[in-house]
Amino acid sequence: MAPSRRTLHEILVTTPSFVWLSVLFCVPTLIVFAMTFKPADMYGGLGPGWTLETLRHLANPNYPAIIWRTIWLSAAATLISLVLSIPMAYYIARATPGLRNALLLLTIVPFWTNFLIRIFAWKILLHPEGFLKRALVAAGIIAPDTSLLYNPEAVLVVMVYTYLPFAILPIYAAAEKFDFHLLEAAMDLGASRLTAFRKVFLPGIRRGILTAFLMVFIPSLGSYVIPDVVGGPNSEMIGNKIAQRVFVDRNLPHASGLSAFLTLAVLVPLAVVWVVQKRTSGQPPTMQEVA
Amino acid sequence: MAEFLEFVDVSKTFGRLRAVDHVSLGVRRGEFFSLLGPSGCGKTTLLRMLGGFEIPDTGRIYLDGVDITDLPPNRRQVNTIFQNYALFPHLSVWENIAFGLRVAKRPRREIFNEVERMLALIQMEEHAHKKPHQISGGQKQRVAIARALINKPSVLLLDEPLAALDLKLRQRMLIELDLIHDQVGITFLYVTHDQGEAMSLSDRIAVMNQGRIEQLGTPAEVYEAPRSSFVAAFIGDTNFFEGRVAEIINDDYILMQIDGFPSVVCFNDKKMKVNDLVYLSVRPEKFRISRERPQLDGRYNLISANVEDIIYLGSHTKYWVRVDEYRLAISQQHGRFLLDEQPIRWKDDVWIWWHADDGYMLERYSEADELLIQTPPEEVGQNGAVPAPPRAEV
Ligand SMILES: Nc1ncnc2c1ncn2[C@@H]1O[C@H](COP(=O)(O)OP(=O)(O)O)[C@@H](O)[C@H]1O
Ligand SMILES: [Mg+2]
Repeated sequence: MAPSRRTLHEILVTTPSFVWLSVLFCVPTLIVFAMTFKPADMYGGLGPGWTLETLRHLANPNYPAIIWRTIWLSAAATLISLVLSIPMAYYIARATPGLRNALLLLTIVPFWTNFLIRIFAWKILLHPEGFLKRALVAAGIIAPDTSLLYNPEAVLVVMVYTYLPFAILPIYAAAEKFDFHLLEAAMDLGASRLTAFRKVFLPGIRRGILTAFLMVFIPSLGSYVIPDVVGGPNSEMIGNKIAQRVFVDRNLPHASGLSAFLTLAVLVPLAVVWVVQKRTSGQPPTMQEVA
Repeated sequence: MAEFLEFVDVSKTFGRLRAVDHVSLGVRRGEFFSLLGPSGCGKTTLLRMLGGFEIPDTGRIYLDGVDITDLPPNRRQVNTIFQNYALFPHLSVWENIAFGLRVAKRPRREIFNEVERMLALIQMEEHAHKKPHQISGGQKQRVAIARALINKPSVLLLDEPLAALDLKLRQRMLIELDLIHDQVGITFLYVTHDQGEAMSLSDRIAVMNQGRIEQLGTPAEVYEAPRSSFVAAFIGDTNFFEGRVAEIINDDYILMQIDGFPSVVCFNDKKMKVNDLVYLSVRPEKFRISRERPQLDGRYNLISANVEDIIYLGSHTKYWVRVDEYRLAISQQHGRFLLDEQPIRWKDDVWIWWHADDGYMLERYSEADELLIQTPPEEVGQNGAVPAPPRAEV
């Protein structure tokens, strides 16, 4: 079949964004992948020829632990952010217009302060001599020798703090478009408040949740400033290793190898989301399924 | 006697607006009951209080003898067809209909059978897999009905379910609703601002205005014996007369003196006395019109008039005639083959008459209600009680 006018039209319309994506995303990514297989030279550049040297370095037994920590910290930060932001987005979307604007403003207010300053502020907050620590000890909630800083939990807390607005905003955008009459319809049909929320509201804002998931999970995987500042030696993430390879070892192929690995770790969840969105839910059961 | 569904002195205020104002109302089991009134009169609010989405400020609501005023929506044996259908966009037609049984955690077998039965009832078997955005307005409507009926509610609430449909579809759904009501035997509480829908479907109608029930009765009762000018003008078209009782003829009839109009005989079911103020409503189709003067007894009012406007509508013709200061609307069926006759023409002098029993005395009258009657283009009002004939629907 010859391409119709319509497909020609589609090709013309999509070409610019396709070129944009290839030049600014795909090509650099492929370059990074390719650099993994180049030798490093003495001056932090790339040597001639190709080698598998970097892959041998990547087999370092430290890396699996760091990668695992990166993934679970990112997954936990994403999950906590979603669990916190869904009710918040619901509440903001249902608030009166005045209150809604105020709450949205509060959500984005942290962006007006430099990211590094906010991270160092957390360091002060969680510091052994800090206000939070002393308050918790005084209240008898933690023992005096507990450390709030320099551990994976501190990294997690600060990651949630940092990425929460990125979860609230897309979920709010979806909730704002949601028709809240549908919740009344669900309750009218016998659903409790919670069931209506679960079976009608959550599917209704599904796209917002998926966007929020990507907006939190992907930057989390790449974070290195947060573990660097509030984390300790046992809470390093893969981002820290990449930074070390670049700035300390001046070994670009090694950094590229870790980077490529991280990119793959990002692309896999992307593919999962894509599959979930593609899959058409809502097929009525067949007779065999019922019987 | 307590009715199946009963509102007792129910009120609801939003800010300073009294949306529902001390409404008491009883609906019988199995009845097709309509709430009819203009937009903003509080119909939806009354329905939402029954559905459990608004809590009344005062009053109680009883269903089958149980006080349900404070129950949450999911604990009431009522289901609603919402104004915009509110189908779940992420679920297929099949799953939308199954929703109620699924949240009730009924066995899969039963859910399957019931959904299939409902799909057959609404004749949507081949659309079961489609999403709401893939079906037409009329089909959405039917899915919403099936989704509500599958829960076997005691009362089905319908909030202007046909408002979003075009005229043809509306007429078809009207018949379908009637059939479905006959088949399932559930009490229907139907909200509409369209008197045609209410008249054709309902066993009884409550006419609402500004948060209050103006009149409750069968379609024929509210049409033939409207208590107020509001009801008379809102349901169908009419001619209003304002005058005083001039003379008591006997127990049943009085002579009524109307400014700028010959005096008329009317049936005195309200036991009026001499000099009492009387508001009379006479429907356009109660008049007869002819060029020849008919021979009539004293129970008829016979008046000479001049034709000002004629609209021929096939099955009937609408005339606007002038009698002194009054412009009257008259609607006439054609019993005979019209082309054989000498039809009445514009500016003809004619005789018009109606039987004294065919006028109806109103209990309450408000000039504002005249605005409810659709007015013809060059309407001239001089006399307080100016009849306003209907505009023809083409
Ligand atoms: N939640 C609400 N808040 C404020 N005013 C309302 C609310 N719901 C309804 N109203 C007002 O109450 C009146 C009756 O509304 P409604 O019951 O929807 O009328 P209808 O359904 O007869 O058109 C209207 O004036 C409407 O503006
Ligand atoms: Mg309404």
